[in-house]
Amino acid sequence: MLLEINDLCVNAEDKEILKGINLKINKGEIHVIMGPNGSGKTTTANAILNNPAYTKIGGNIIFDGQDITNEKTDEIARKGVFMSFQLPEEIPGVSVTNFLKYAKNKVTGEPVKIFSFKEELKKYMEELNMNPKYMERSLNVGFSGGEKKKNEILQMLVLNPKLAILDETDSGLDVDAIKTVSKGIEMFKNENNAVLIITHNTKILHSLKVDYVHVLVNGKIVKTGTQELAKEIEENGYSKYKN
Amino acid sequence: MAKTKLEEINRNIYDIKNKDEYDFKIKKGLTKEIIEEISKQKNDPDWMREFRLKALDVYNKLELPTWGPDISELNMDEIATYVRPKTGLSNSWEDVPEDIKSTFDKLGIPEAEKKSLAGVGAQYDSEVVYHSMKEDLIKQGVVYTDMETAVREYPDLVRDHFMKCVPVNDHKFVALHGAVWSGGSFVYVPKGVKVDIPLQSYFRLNSPESGQFEHTLIIVDEGASLHFIEGCSAPKYNKVNLHAGCVELYVKDNAYLRYSTIENWSKNMLNLNTKKAIVGKNAQVDWVTGSFGSKISMLYPMSILNGEGAKTEYTGISFAGKGQNLDNGFKVVHNAENTSSLVNAKSISKNGGKCTYRSLVRINEKAKNSKSSVSCESLMLDDISISDTIPVNDIRTDEVEFSHEAKIGKISDKTIFYLMSRGLSEEDAKAMIVRGFAYPISKELPVEYAVEMNNLINLELDGAIG
Repeated sequence: MLLEINDLCVNAEDKEILKGINLKINKGEIHVIMGPNGSGKTTTANAILNNPAYTKIGGNIIFDGQDITNEKTDEIARKGVFMSFQLPEEIPGVSVTNFLKYAKNKVTGEPVKIFSFKEELKKYMEELNMNPKYMERSLNVGFSGGEKKKNEILQMLVLNPKLAILDETDSGLDVDAIKTVSKGIEMFKNENNAVLIITHNTKILHSLKVDYVHVLVNGKIVKTGTQELAKEIEENGYSKYKN
Repeated sequence: MAKTKLEEINRNIYDIKNKDEYDFKIKKGLTKEIIEEISKQKNDPDWMREFRLKALDVYNKLELPTWGPDISELNMDEIATYVRPKTGLSNSWEDVPEDIKSTFDKLGIPEAEKKSLAGVGAQYDSEVVYHSMKEDLIKQGVVYTDMETAVREYPDLVRDHFMKCVPVNDHKFVALHGAVWSGGSFVYVPKGVKVDIPLQSYFRLNSPESGQFEHTLIIVDEGASLHFIEGCSAPKYNKVNLHAGCVELYVKDNAYLRYSTIENWSKNMLNLNTKKAIVGKNAQVDWVTGSFGSKISMLYPMSILNGEGAKTEYTGISFAGKGQNLDNGFKVVHNAENTSSLVNAKSISKNGGKCTYRSLVRINEKAKNSKSSVSCESLMLDDISISDTIPVNDIRTDEVEFSHEAKIGKISDKTIFYLMSRGLSEEDAKAMIVRGFAYPISKELPVEYAVEMNNLINLELDGAIG
């Protein structure tokens, strides 16, 4: 078991958002959490990484055998959890290369060999159809929405976490960009890691095979199924789960 | 991000206090007798002695500035304005007394000299203790020496330029400087000579309850070019120290001068420095300034663009921590056609520190087709720190392009969370954001100083968080 969430209740700005979430993810699996706007999807991702803007009022989160419920975000990241942001932050004056080199050093605790690191970065950028000039550009500054999302996937590949949480990584992307993101996920995925995709639509599931689909409505997982469940939601929407 | 790996930084390099040993320390205060004694100790020529006494008169007549930080704690009766170190001027580090040499060693000056400088001057308290320049520059007629030697050996050049660019009646502390100045550097670059490796002067104030009043006079003759770097620091004492230096730059027609400063005075220093450049036809002066130290700083380098097509750029950053009030900025006067000025100022304040960007852009009637573009950005690292922008723009012709942009911001929790989700601690995240913010400035500094600036940022952030 890689991730185990038990009865997790979370408030944001004193409003109850998550009302008892349970979720188990094993190594080698791809999970999807789907749900309408405001159902608590982004809160789930932020709660796993213990964003201080969200308050946990009950339940716990076990990652790789350790209770990370109240760990600091950077500790959780160093244990192997990664999150791709819906709205990645801009950091002027810090290049993509330098940022990733620094982050890689922090995550692995080992010195980064510059030459092989740059080669690795170039290779990934090529696979993700990213202009290599972006290596030297300030992180996310002046990037289009699509470039920012690809850059998140690039970071996932470089930092190579055990669990990658992708929060609405597919939203706002055109078909080609979604395919690129799916390709990135396939490159990343292996028997020893896992992916949790959080999304409000089903587009990404056209180009990616997943193991489990969870439907999140009003702070609770109301149904769990396979890729078939996503198809059903694509056809019928969430209305039948809303009451 | 940082060009260097982050290492453990020891603030102590700046804080090493040598024993207050000196050959001569004038008694505290500011009287005619004291000025005469300084003049005697320095073997001034008559004109200089008279100059000092006249400056003292002006000082006594002028009032303290009525704007800016409160400097009423400054009591000149408690400041010794002249402290001669227990050594003469030498051109070999071997001859500099061990404790003084070791201070400069720890500041990395002799090392930098070997690696990347064409010449070095080092001042300790009131006098320059070391001065040296590469042989080939001497052969090309470049002069780089301490100010006292210049007064003796280049009397005409000095008399024609000394406090002509910055006249003693400019303000009270310039008058003070005129009365008690000591040390500093004199540079003359002859016509057409390009000095491609920088010269650097470093000013160290060790003696408590004293002042440093070095005078820097640089003349870059027609078509010549120079990069001059000044660094300054002092250990911290409980009582106020005063720095009222004066920098006069003459950049003649078609000449270029880049003047870089890293100022890291201790937090008991009042830094009331005055810097001005007169820029000739198609000439350019660029100021690059990193201001980290001092309790109070009032420093506004000024470019006077007198020649047609003259240019100036100002790139500066201030970093104010607890108890610091850094009132810095830039002044430019456009006096001729087709002149241009470009300002990129940044400030960072934390732990209740205050940064003010105070500026003047004056474009006179005859400065047609001139351009001026000012951008200033401030970053406040917490809710108790202060940042302010006080620009004065005085544009007297319509035929100009002028823009002014000011931004004040804070580090958002979202940005910190984003970086922490990549494995950076909160401290690492803040340091990365601050270094990135400062990067457009630090990349303009010589490499060693960019490294020093990054180190200072780490140092300044250390212990500030949590």
